[in-house]
Amino acid sequence: MPTKVTYREALNQALKEEMQRDDRVFLIGEDVAYYQGAFKVSKGFLEEFGSRRVVDTPITELGFTGLAIGAAMGGLRPVVEVMTFNFAILAMDQIVNNAAKIRYMSGGQLSVPIVIRGPGSAAHQLGAQHSQSLEAWFCHVPGLKVVAPATPHDAKGLIKSAIRDENPVIFIEAQLLYPMQGEIGDGDYTIPLGIAEVKRAGTDVTLIAYSKMLLVALEAAEKLAQEGIQAEVVDPRTLRPLDLTTLAASAKKTGKVVIVEEGWPFAGLGAQIAESLYRRVFDYLDGPIVRVTGRDAPMPYARNLEDAAIPDVDQVVAAARQVLYRR
Amino acid sequence: MASRVIMPKLTDSMEEGVVVKWRKAEGERVESGDVLAEIETDKAVMDLEAFASGTLLKILVPEGTTVPSGTLIGVIGESEEDIKDILRGSPPPIPPPSEVEGKGGGAAPSAEALASPRVRTLAREHGIDLKTVKGTGPGGRIVERDLEPFLLKKEQSTVREIPLTQMRKAIVRMTTQSKAPVPHFYVTIDADMAEGLRMVEESKKAATPFPLSINHLLIAASARALKQHPGLNASFAGETIRIFSSIDIGIAVALEDGLIVPVLRDCGSKTLEQIVEAERSLVARARQRDLTPEEYTGATFLISNLGKFDVESFSAVILPPAAAALAVGSVREVPVVRDGKVEVGHRMTLTLSCDHRVIDGAVAAQFLQTFKQALVRARDL
Repeated sequence: MPTKVTYREALNQALKEEMQRDDRVFLIGEDVAYYQGAFKVSKGFLEEFGSRRVVDTPITELGFTGLAIGAAMGGLRPVVEVMTFNFAILAMDQIVNNAAKIRYMSGGQLSVPIVIRGPGSAAHQLGAQHSQSLEAWFCHVPGLKVVAPATPHDAKGLIKSAIRDENPVIFIEAQLLYPMQGEIGDGDYTIPLGIAEVKRAGTDVTLIAYSKMLLVALEAAEKLAQEGIQAEVVDPRTLRPLDLTTLAASAKKTGKVVIVEEGWPFAGLGAQIAESLYRRVFDYLDGPIVRVTGRDAPMPYARNLEDAAIPDVDQVVAAARQVLYRR
Repeated sequence: MASRVIMPKLTDSMEEGVVVKWRKAEGERVESGDVLAEIETDKAVMDLEAFASGTLLKILVPEGTTVPSGTLIGVIGESEEDIKDILRGSPPPIPPPSEVEGKGGGAAPSAEALASPRVRTLAREHGIDLKTVKGTGPGGRIVERDLEPFLLKKEQSTVREIPLTQMRKAIVRMTTQSKAPVPHFYVTIDADMAEGLRMVEESKKAATPFPLSINHLLIAASARALKQHPGLNASFAGETIRIFSSIDIGIAVALEDGLIVPVLRDCGSKTLEQIVEAERSLVARARQRDLTPEEYTGATFLISNLGKFDVESFSAVILPPAAAALAVGSVREVPVVRDGKVEVGHRMTLTLSCDHRVIDGAVAAQFLQTFKQALVRARDL
């Protein structure tokens, strides 16, 4: 029987099961042990696994990320929790220059099986510095895998695959997703990296969305259905490597594509997805792919302005009408 | 005065015909009514008779060629007669088939039309000339929705041609050759199947190697009635009527792509048990297409049972040489009045198709009476 749990609980279960399964797995980050995680993902971990495997750190992202990368090179399988991905900017040198490159530069003698996880994107009124969607930064780097699940089921299955992967995986969650409930599979299941999923089947227009924006796209699809437009909603789930086969199949079917992302438009992930689709299915597109993105500006603090800066259901519906050449 | 021989339009649905065989050669004398050629229509191979007497001066369409109905295929006239005028009116010679087959690809999209890549692909696939499509997208761009009427029309007019199997050709030949010349008439009765059903149930429970079916009862009852009314176990033979001594009953068996009518020989001298056994093995082999031609030709009486398809009643086409065919519907639960009370009864509707050249209405009715009594008292079969 599938059970309903929150996204937070799904991650908690998955991490716990992985740490029980493999004693090389450990969790490190700010407030992960005594405070049980800034968002309570590691609730009960210190009690069960002790302070050797659940490690509180000072506020030193570059330092503890580097430490974890070294541990991974030495044979352990660290899971680094960044309090939010805004703080991963501080660890960028370790992530880009070490985690992503050591396997390449050592000619395969060393590998870095590390997971760097935490919430990305905006919550409510956290200000410009703490409300960013930086997935495109990580996706830009060869040597990194990037995952951004939207549902509890996907979160659990994908974090397990990320931990078991031999390469560094950037695992982007979302503060607003933590309390979301959903059914998850039974027991020790995994979802392979690099596989998209059609979350709602349709024939008229393809909506591509991931993480929080998947929920926006699904709501938009519901609204479009009331107008008689059958939208297909596809969640890449893994942003790099991208499952182009699934995305292209849907785009080929409908001929109309909208990509929804919370990040900034310029050099955003949607630009990459669009380019990949143009190359694959140009002859099947009925018009230009339309992107719905966050506004090209730092995130405003004022609630009304913040709402205006983040893609919403109405914008996605309008974009779908646009690619369908409807008013 | 020379006479034109044209490809006839023999049915409403006939658009073209094949000259299968010329039965007269160029220069040969023909009389009005002579068979000039064999024409294959969409339904059957038919004889094309000459409407005029004279000499077949010219054959314009070689054997094996398909031409539209109305095409001039030959000329009958007096020898030495000038037929240039008639020939001048004839359509240009038919090109060999390889040249008329589509090259595929269809119309290339017009270079001028502003169209989305999807539209260009669809136009190429469906052979739509984009010059004929009005674009409603930005700047007059032709977008997918503008193609909808064209694609719809294409879809509606799509015809899937399935080549005739030999079996289908045989069915076409047999049924049209029957229905057209044989003057059918139909007599329908209801039979009480309560006892028959009980017997079938009992046989099922007894788990015999050859369980009894309604069909077996129908065969046995038919044989009994045909013995008493040999006038139905007969065939029209032009100048005579043939009465057969052996009762050879054909049973229509549906196959995936048609049907076959295996013949159970000499039913008149078989017991019900023998009928059951013989029918089971014959029908099983029919389904495996394992019959010799002798086993599926020459029935003197026919039974076609559509009962399992929940058919109340229907009329069957008689397949010569038989002169009658029995069409059997489902056994239905119906209210019946017995001794002034309404009860649940089990009724089956049977329709006998008869060849009026051999059988008259009263004879058919008498036969059905005997048949019905035999069926109602199935235990005596």
